[in-house]
Amino acid sequence: MLDVAVAYNRYKFLGFEFLTWLWYSIEENREVFNTIEPELTVLEIGNRLVLENRVQDALESITIKGDDAGLEEGLIALRKGAVVTEMNLISKFGDNEWRLTLKGESFDIAGLKTPESGPLETSEDIEGRLLEKVFLDEKAIQLVDKLYRYFIRLRISNDWNETVVPRLRKWLHGKES
Amino acid sequence: MGLLSSTVSVTRYRVEGEIEAPVMETITAGLKKNAISEIDDEDSDKSVGWTSFETPFTPAFDGDSFVIGPYLVFSLRVDKKTIPSKIIKKHFSLEVAKRMAETGRDHLSKKEKQEIKDHVIQVLSLRIPATPNVYDLLWSVEDGWVWMFSNQKAANEELETLFARSFKATLIRLFPYTIAELTADLSPEDRDVVAKLTPTRFME
Repeated sequence: MLDVAVAYNRYKFLGFEFLTWLWYSIEENREVFNTIEPELTVLEIGNRLVLENRVQDALESITIKGDDAGLEEGLIALRKGAVVTEMNLISKFGDNEWRLTLKGESFDIAGLKTPESGPLETSEDIEGRLLEKVFLDEKAIQLVDKLYRYFIRLRISNDWNETVVPRLRKWLHGKES
Repeated sequence: MGLLSSTVSVTRYRVEGEIEAPVMETITAGLKKNAISEIDDEDSDKSVGWTSFETPFTPAFDGDSFVIGPYLVFSLRVDKKTIPSKIIKKHFSLEVAKRMAETGRDHLSKKEKQEIKDHVIQVLSLRIPATPNVYDLLWSVEDGWVWMFSNQKAANEELETLFARSFKATLIRLFPYTIAELTADLSPEDRDVVAKLTPTRFME
């Protein structure tokens, strides 16, 4: 395996492309999520999306915030060559909701909010509460892993260049697929 | 934001390398040997070590106190003394004035000033308590992964260093490349393809 620090920088584009593909799939190809995680009922972009574009030596950053923010500015940035570097995601299993922000280059998970677990009443509760909390955190993290595993297999397949990229470009440039 | 907070941040690692058998004894010994030490009454400005999840200010790793279900749960504690620069400046100026009065000189050399500054910081370090920062950890020994409940780069680096020193095993951060390489169940041929990938251009 490559040196970890070298690999981190050389392949961070995989995380950016994953988030871009995720955005495209949420808008245009939701059926794919049934294949990846049949129990998933909702997957949406939440209240934060960050894109970056390197123009010559200057780094341009575009942050879209807010629960009902339109993503048009983000699409315009993508058309100019920006990459998605950070995305807040809302997922639901049944009626239970998870929220998290995923950073493309590091896969750092921030702001992970799970469905409520029961109140902590006694110290003996800590063990049960902790196991429940870990179970709930793991559910969201496993979803990210399942999505990424699907993506990476797609990314190394011929389908990526032959089918996915042309469709993604059509979506990006506002044409009918 | 600790493990039980309503909102958490998580940095994920894969544990590379075998923990020496008997595993639990090795881990307990590593935790005890590298437990946080108090520096409030010392002139050190930083202390890094393991502490207990439930009692982070009184570390104890006896028995199976840090085992919860299939996981090991404990915390990294980083204590740091931060002396405000204006306090250093004040005491430094007073010391310089005192030294000049004592010696009857009207200036001090660069070396003398540096010595006074070092001394001032050392004395102030004894008087200022360290600020503790606690970062919760979850370790699945069986599955070979660790979660750190923080994305702070400096804390992540302290963890990686202390973990290697304590348990003679390496933590590898899980990011897009290492997930593909280590945890995505790709064949060696597929991993070779990943290694040769270059960025896609989505613009027309």
